Amino acid sequence: MTINIAVCIKQVPNTNQVKIDKKTGTLIRKGIKTICNPDDKNAMEEALKLKDKYDDVKITVISMGPSQATEIIKEALAMGADRGILLSDRKFAGSDTLATSTILATALRKIQEKEGLDIIFCGRQAIDGDTAQVGPQIAQHLDLPIISYVQELKYLGEKVQVKRALENGYMQIEAQIPVVLTTISDLNKPRYPHMRRIFDVFGKNPVIPVETWTADDLPDLDNTQIGLNGSPTRVIKTYTPDRTFKGEILEGETAHVAHILIESLKQKQIL
Amino acid sequence: MTNKQLTNLVDFSEYKGVWIIAEQRFGQVLNVTKELLGEGKKLATSLNCDLTAVILGHKLIDWPADLVRYGADNVIYAEHELLSDYNVDAYSKVLGNLITTRKPEIILFGATSIGRELAPTLSAKLKSGLTADCTALEIDPETLNLLQTRPAFGGNLMATIQCANHRPQMCSVRPGVMKKAKYNNKCDGEPKVEKIIPIITQEELRTKVLKIDTSKSAEIAIEDAKIVVSGGRGLGNAKGFNLLRKLADKLNGCVGSSRACVDNGWISKPYQVGQTGKTVRPKLYIACGISGALQHIAGMEQAECIVAINKDPDAPIFKIADYGIVGDLYEIIPRLIDELDNIDDITEVLDICTESVSASNQM
Ligand SMILES: Cc1cc2nc3c(=O)[nH]c(=O)nc-3n(C[C@H](O)[C@H](O)[C@H](O)COP(=O)(O)OP(=O)(O)OC[C@H]3O[C@@H](n4cnc5c(N)ncnc54)[C@H](O)[C@@H]3O)c2cc1C
Ligand SMILES: Nc1ncnc2c1ncn2[C@@H]1O[C@H](COP(=O)(O)O)[C@@H](O)[C@H]1O
Repeated sequence: MTINIAVCIKQVPNTNQVKIDKKTGTLIRKGIKTICNPDDKNAMEEALKLKDKYDDVKITVISMGPSQATEIIKEALAMGADRGILLSDRKFAGSDTLATSTILATALRKIQEKEGLDIIFCGRQAIDGDTAQVGPQIAQHLDLPIISYVQELKYLGEKVQVKRALENGYMQIEAQIPVVLTTISDLNKPRYPHMRRIFDVFGKNPVIPVETWTADDLPDLDNTQIGLNGSPTRVIKTYTPDRTFKGEILEGETAHVAHILIESLKQKQIL
Repeated sequence: MTNKQLTNLVDFSEYKGVWIIAEQRFGQVLNVTKELLGEGKKLATSLNCDLTAVILGHKLIDWPADLVRYGADNVIYAEHELLSDYNVDAYSKVLGNLITTRKPEIILFGATSIGRELAPTLSAKLKSGLTADCTALEIDPETLNLLQTRPAFGGNLMATIQCANHRPQMCSVRPGVMKKAKYNNKCDGEPKVEKIIPIITQEELRTKVLKIDTSKSAEIAIEDAKIVVSGGRGLGNAKGFNLLRKLADKLNGCVGSSRACVDNGWISKPYQVGQTGKTVRPKLYIACGISGALQHIAGMEQAECIVAINKDPDAPIFKIADYGIVGDLYEIIPRLIDELDNIDDITEVLDICTESVSASNQM
């Protein structure tokens, strides 16, 4: 019997390089590389590990975003995924996490109804917003159990056993399948794409083309729940954080200096 | 259409009060809960409404009432064997029902690894907005909406978010940022604790917790530490790290190191910060006897606040330090430790880890 796996991946700007236009308070997109969200690569790798181990595993990667997001889907196909779907429609633009999860869940349900889904992987969080909300929200929309912060996974057929990270340790949790899991970087080390598959996927006539689904392909989607207008939360202001500190040399008698330092740190809410 | 106009389209008069969701592990409430109580009180005062703390657990002894002593006007305590430890199905069912029937206007969660699973599950259940990991909260004096501020794009940008046309307004709050509520044992009268016994069965829970292990030493996880006290060649010998560790312990932080010390065999490789070591982004990085070579700086310059202690006033580390102290680390660090001894609440700082470690030790 086929094990059907879906992996949700998101294209994000490489936040290590992010620069903000101080005047407008917006992201300078020019010259910034976009990448597949790091936690999502761990999600992808874990799916591939199951494919390595079991004969009949089908991995579908799914991403919502503009047409450029095809790039990361191709990358996932080159790593070993079987099918890639891009959810792209102007109606989706401006979605917050709840609207995003609604769209992803609707697409996942369509796949689930047709061929079934055993495990849905998401990354724990996407580095553009660091919200970690989309995975648990998808699970709730689909009425499936969720385990987030997965650092170790055992697949046992009818169920999974995972270690779920806590700040100072872990919980060992067992869940029925189907299940939604969100992954962290401790889980594994993502592999590189296969040379041969790179040609298959990125070539002129790709062997595995990326499918694009628009809102029309998702008849169950409630248009009032998606996009900017369907999003309950809205960004009303952005600004660049003040660098609270201007380098300062503390001088004087040692005990006094120690006192000043601790007081300053407390005042700035560092302590 | 502006947000304000939208607000007026929907009638929210039924929704009243500020709730905080208390988080207990092994029967002990986390520090972030006290921070939520402090912040929740502020919001409730602005809105002139009650602050309610909700706590889920089994056979909890003092905590439900203590939440009142930390400033809650009243407490809802959901008690059940199956609520003893966090379980997403059980917790979201109980909270979902409570929220749907009682209709709070605002709900705050701690942005812990658990809060960040529970809160989004509830937001999808209730179909309302949720803002993750907020660092500042405020009531808009005009619309009375909750203004939720959080960092985005790796802290490069701050965003203020509101949830104008949906209720409840929900957010998770980053641990260690808000001011903790103070304990007041002179509360008048009996604390208002309402105990409820929800109906939950094992069969309806699709996930089962088999084991909880909270014994991981915080020490090696220096990437996750909020405070790193790092030593360099200036320590002079391996024993110097004992002093740094003492300071780190006082701050609930971890020890780190430059490569020079690792090369000298004073400390092991997992502690090394820098280009060929680990990259850390703590709230506070204290560099002791570290010159500030580029390869070291590459691993720590993103710290929110950098303190440098070095004998040499021209050491390059001072160029990137927010606070610099020129002098002998062996004189300065003991004074810092003294200073921390004098402040009693400092040991409670930030880290929920230590608290739950000690809680599990009490079991
Ligand atoms: C390819 C490459 C990769 C590297 N990767 C890393 C890396 O990942 N991490 C890393 O740290 N380094 C790395 N290095 C090494 C780096 O260049 C420096 O050599 C190293 O960081 C220096 O360590 P230090 O600051 O502890 O020692 P030093 O540069 O010797 O500085 C010691 C400092 O302590 C001060 N001092 C002495 N006594 C006292 C006292 N009693 N009280 C106060 N201050 C005192 C001195 O004034 C001096 O500034 C790398 C180098 C290379 C070439
Ligand atoms: N637009 C998207 N397309 C596909 N997956 C997404 C998208 N947004 C979020 N996800 C998934 O949800 C996870 C958590 O995202 P976030 O809640 O934005 O931090 C990500 O790691 C992805 O796996």
